[in-house]
Amino acid sequence: MFAQMSSLHAQELGDHQYTTEAIERGSRIYSRECALCHGPQGDIVDGVNLRVGIFKNVQSDDDLRMVVTQGAGQGQMPAFGLNASDLDGIVAFIRAGFDPDGVAVRIGDPSRGRQIFEGKGECSSCHRVNGFGPRTAPDLTEIGAIRTPASLQQNLIDPAAAILPINRPIRLVTRNEETILGRRLNEDTYTVQVIDSNEELRSFRKSDLVSYEVSMQPSKGPTELSGDEVADVVGYLLTLRGQ
Amino acid sequence: MKSSKRFFKELIVVAVAILSQVSEGQVSYERILNAGDEPQNWLTYNGGYMSQRHSLLQQIDRNNVNQLELKWVLQNQVFGAWQSNPIIVDGIMYVTERPNSVMAVDAVTGRVFWKYRHQNADNALVCCGANNRGVAVLNDKVYMGTLDAHLVALDRINGQLLWKAEVGDVNLAYSVTMAPLAVKDKIMVGVGGGEFGIRGYVAAFDAETGEQVWKTYTIPGPGEPNHDSWEGDDWEHGGAPVWITGSFDSELNLTYWGVGNPGPDWNAGQRPGDNLYSDSAIALDADTGELKWYFQFTPNDAYDYDSVQVPVLADIEWRGEAKKVMMWANRNGYFYVLDRTNGQFLVGKPYVKVNWSSGLDENGRPIPSPQPEGMPTYPGNQGGTNWYPPSFSPSTGLFYFSAWENYATIYRAEESEYIPGRAFLGGGFSVLAPSPGAPTIGIGRTNPINNWTDEVGFASLKAMDPQTGEAVWSYNQFDVSDSGMLTTASDLLFTGGREGYFHGIDAQSGELLWNVNLGGQIVMAPVTYMVDDVQYVSVISGNSLSTFALEE
Repeated sequence: MFAQMSSLHAQELGDHQYTTEAIERGSRIYSRECALCHGPQGDIVDGVNLRVGIFKNVQSDDDLRMVVTQGAGQGQMPAFGLNASDLDGIVAFIRAGFDPDGVAVRIGDPSRGRQIFEGKGECSSCHRVNGFGPRTAPDLTEIGAIRTPASLQQNLIDPAAAILPINRPIRLVTRNEETILGRRLNEDTYTVQVIDSNEELRSFRKSDLVSYEVSMQPSKGPTELSGDEVADVVGYLLTLRGQ
Repeated sequence: MKSSKRFFKELIVVAVAILSQVSEGQVSYERILNAGDEPQNWLTYNGGYMSQRHSLLQQIDRNNVNQLELKWVLQNQVFGAWQSNPIIVDGIMYVTERPNSVMAVDAVTGRVFWKYRHQNADNALVCCGANNRGVAVLNDKVYMGTLDAHLVALDRINGQLLWKAEVGDVNLAYSVTMAPLAVKDKIMVGVGGGEFGIRGYVAAFDAETGEQVWKTYTIPGPGEPNHDSWEGDDWEHGGAPVWITGSFDSELNLTYWGVGNPGPDWNAGQRPGDNLYSDSAIALDADTGELKWYFQFTPNDAYDYDSVQVPVLADIEWRGEAKKVMMWANRNGYFYVLDRTNGQFLVGKPYVKVNWSSGLDENGRPIPSPQPEGMPTYPGNQGGTNWYPPSFSPSTGLFYFSAWENYATIYRAEESEYIPGRAFLGGGFSVLAPSPGAPTIGIGRTNPINNWTDEVGFASLKAMDPQTGEAVWSYNQFDVSDSGMLTTASDLLFTGGREGYFHGIDAQSGELLWNVNLGGQIVMAPVTYMVDDVQYVSVISGNSLSTFALEE
């Protein structure tokens, strides 16, 4: 089922993504050239986790290409003389989270991405980053450390398929006819803990509610940003790694 | 100054007290056999040889259950899922801690008399946590199995080690996590290690000396019947562990055991054949260990559908005929009723969504419908249910257990080489989640926040009618539940769940009558007992054992 969904996205995403062939080629090159030092999961070198996109200096795909072709760490990582398609393959494999069936993601310019995030993308009208912005949507201060590039990209392009269940918008109506919009922080059989649209923490007994709806549709639809702009926003989000 | 008449009266009281202490001091086989005659005690893992987890105590009933109050708490000193089931003998509770300690506790105050610590070998290996589900008592001794595959016998009064017997080879990853079963003059245990390529068995030891009396493999060797359900040397490391306490029918002189998964777990193609007696119920002669019958639930299992559920026995009128039945909600998603005299299949129906099989044939054998690679299989790897002890209430005629609804797994099979003492899994699995990378359900709950939600799976307590094989009612919880069941003659049902709520439910209707948030996952079943005319209910939640009784 998920394999089918991935290939469907591959067609829709167009220039956002590298081809499956490139990822597979990258997989072979990685095993041959990189795995000895970086490990099969890409997490052996201290401070670097290639699979989930944690690097020392790299942000964009071009940065990644530069490190591979020129070396890094004052000789700790040698320079690799790869041809263009092998180089694309390595980048694709890393951006796909080491998953040949996964969706590889193009990473754009973080500073442009921040402008879009705070401007025309309207992301910051709901999301909070580093202490600024509303708390109604999940705080993104650490999002670059906990999500893969593929997950971030899918959240922009197809939020209904990417949203985590706990983050679905909810609508509650109490016996006092108060209507609360917000999202869940926690839930059990008898109670639900909510952050409401006024950014207040509320806890309800379900038995006190007249209705309780969990929407399968995220509050925001698929983005209207261009492919380049999505790549830039993803690039910015990946720089958000906590305070 | 006391009158002579009053003095004489007091003398009699003292004499009677001493006499009753003498007669109560020994937990004889006869006492365990007739455990129903002394409902103030809880003498076996499941409250009696029939494993019904049904108590005849009725001081707490449906009208006053909401007046339960906390009497005491015993705090565990060891981190990790506390799966132990307490035994209560004449006001003394015996409960185990991880990895292998036994405590004798005053059942009225929760204060500890003594604690015995077993030092496990450094290389003891278990798949799923340092679990230890409790003790057995017989006469003046208490018995515990250990993670390094030993059986220890302790003095029940002072906790002194009396003997220690080797049950299996720890270097080959044999272990004991179950509470032993004491029958007549023998102590019986099975072995864990189904994820490490063991060859499973049940063994019986002399209760006095610790000498092994019999040992019956759950995988037949060359020349034995059904050996041909394996190919080549697969049988030598084919798993089939026994890690949950069995049951006993004294009239038939049969002990009953649930047998676990074949190995390697997820690559059925690597071990062609039915792989008997993996995923089966087996009936063993209590004196000799001889196999009398078997019923296999899941032949050539590719899904880790251990049949390590408790064999729940009852003598009931089944469709107009007096029958000795065995009821079994299996990890594979089907609920079964068997004739326990011969293993004959009576009825079997799915109780959750099942897609690995399209149904059962007239003999109860599943019709396989394996899902294409990458597609979800229902129920998932932890099963429709698992080892959590069910209850049967002779009063309501219903069988109660914890099921997992809406829970699926995507399996991946790969060739794996058997290396002694190492994991032998044959692939892996992932739990089906609503979006990529979303949190899923694990083996236990370590997070106070449920961010996987009921979209990945939720609990359903089901009340099954053995006549039809169908649920009469069910009670759902938002998170899944590994909690066992307790029923009483006052038609109360006590159970828990991963959310940490302890529930008192009407066993007839399924209506919630009372609950309390104990704050930690309940991964065992409650027990009940009585001391000085006060009925207590005890349940382990998180790292605490909490004991309740009615308000004074």
